[in-house]
Amino acid sequence: MMHRKVVLRVVSKFLIPPILLFALYVQFHGDFGPGGGFQAGVIFGSGFILYAILFGVDTVKKVLPPWATRLMLVAGVLTYGLTGVAGLILGGNYLDYNVLAHDPVHGQHYGILIVELGVGTTVAAAMITIFNVFAGQPGGD
Amino acid sequence: MQGIVDAFKPLHDLWLAFEAFMVGPGSPGLFGYWMVIALMMTGFYVVIAHDNLVKKIVGLNVFQVSVFLFYILMAKITGGTAPILAEGIKVYSNPLPHVLILTAIVVGVATTALGLALVVRIRNAYDTIEDDEIQAVEEEEDR
Amino acid sequence: MLIMGLMALAIARIRDLFAVSMLSGIFSLTGAAAYVVLDAVDVAFTEAAVGAGISTVLMLGTLALTTRKEKLGGGRTKSTAAFLIVAAAGAVLIYGTFDMPRYGDRIAPIHHHVVPRYIEKSGEEVGLPNIVTSVLASYRGYDTLGETFVIFTAATGVLAILGRARRRREDEEADETGGGKESAS
Repeated sequence: MMHRKVVLRVVSKFLIPPILLFALYVQFHGDFGPGGGFQAGVIFGSGFILYAILFGVDTVKKVLPPWATRLMLVAGVLTYGLTGVAGLILGGNYLDYNVLAHDPVHGQHYGILIVELGVGTTVAAAMITIFNVFAGQPGGD
Repeated sequence: MQGIVDAFKPLHDLWLAFEAFMVGPGSPGLFGYWMVIALMMTGFYVVIAHDNLVKKIVGLNVFQVSVFLFYILMAKITGGTAPILAEGIKVYSNPLPHVLILTAIVVGVATTALGLALVVRIRNAYDTIEDDEIQAVEEEEDR
Repeated sequence: MLIMGLMALAIARIRDLFAVSMLSGIFSLTGAAAYVVLDAVDVAFTEAAVGAGISTVLMLGTLALTTRKEKLGGGRTKSTAAFLIVAAAGAVLIYGTFDMPRYGDRIAPIHHHVVPRYIEKSGEEVGLPNIVTSVLASYRGYDTLGETFVIFTAATGVLAILGRARRRREDEEADETGGGKESAS
């Protein structure tokens, strides 16, 4: 059944790398234009979801096994939380980025970058996990 | 580049006219809120009047979008621009509601997913996603 | 926004759930366009990616697992009662809007509490041009941390609800030979 949808397969192969690249652009350019961790995570996740729709969930699971998405899910939240703890250790308040570097403004930069990375990882992993669970269900009409 | 901008000129004029209608001296300036309330009530109606659980979740989504729109409407300042700092711009729209709604949208889809997961689970257990049929099954089991 | 209203009505009336979920995707996309004209570019971006993309896909996934047609029924009394309740609530809300600040008013109280500081100082303190990002990640970092945890919890919840149902079924099929073997998802 799948081999008949040649157009979809070819187009998706063209589209998926730019989608993932665009997600990374949104992630790291979010400081300057619109964008940030939440959007980037969703776009990154949707790249994988497109792949899963066309080639089946099992194929995606070969690329990104379930343990990896779950690890990403936890790692994102932990990145966020530990950034706060790092601020605490370095002598500031929780989630105070000023102390992360010698210059408060640089500290804010690093802090926001790391935190957004954590958010993006969690959101992407959450989207992929949710979709995989839905699509991996047996039965239906 | 300028050509593209010019191509969207009529659309922008249309929006300006609409904005003038919303804030102009003749109108109370509350039209946007009324639209939001209409949307909200449509979503509410779908939630309470329909038995289908998927339809209820769609209704909740409509309700949710209306609340988002409400926040964003309040954040708008006439003549303001998007809250990205740039040279020579003095008036920005209020960024705080944008932040709140930004996170709320993503959280919204996560909770929607949770709701849909519950629907699928209910379907597995009861073989139906209609509210009244589920109740009928329950009463059957009680008897 | 008028288009959005019409679309919401269509969602309320159509009984084919496939059409409803498609419409809700388009509804979100129209909403995203509305956010752009209201200067909320970040929000529009998110709504376009999330509402029009992911949630439509999830709805379709659910429909594939359940059923596509909505059953007729409910009865006239129920929908009339619902309509009356909704109309009453809407009337109260519209009465409430008469005390709202006017659309686009720059002296509305919402623009005068902490926001001027964000707009004036975030350029020096955080050094990022996008105010939304600096408020999101820095000034209101706790909020965002909480939201991230909500997403995490929701994903965990979906896994707990659906991932486990499947495992139980597989266990039944395995006829007690494999026991509680961990399934893949």
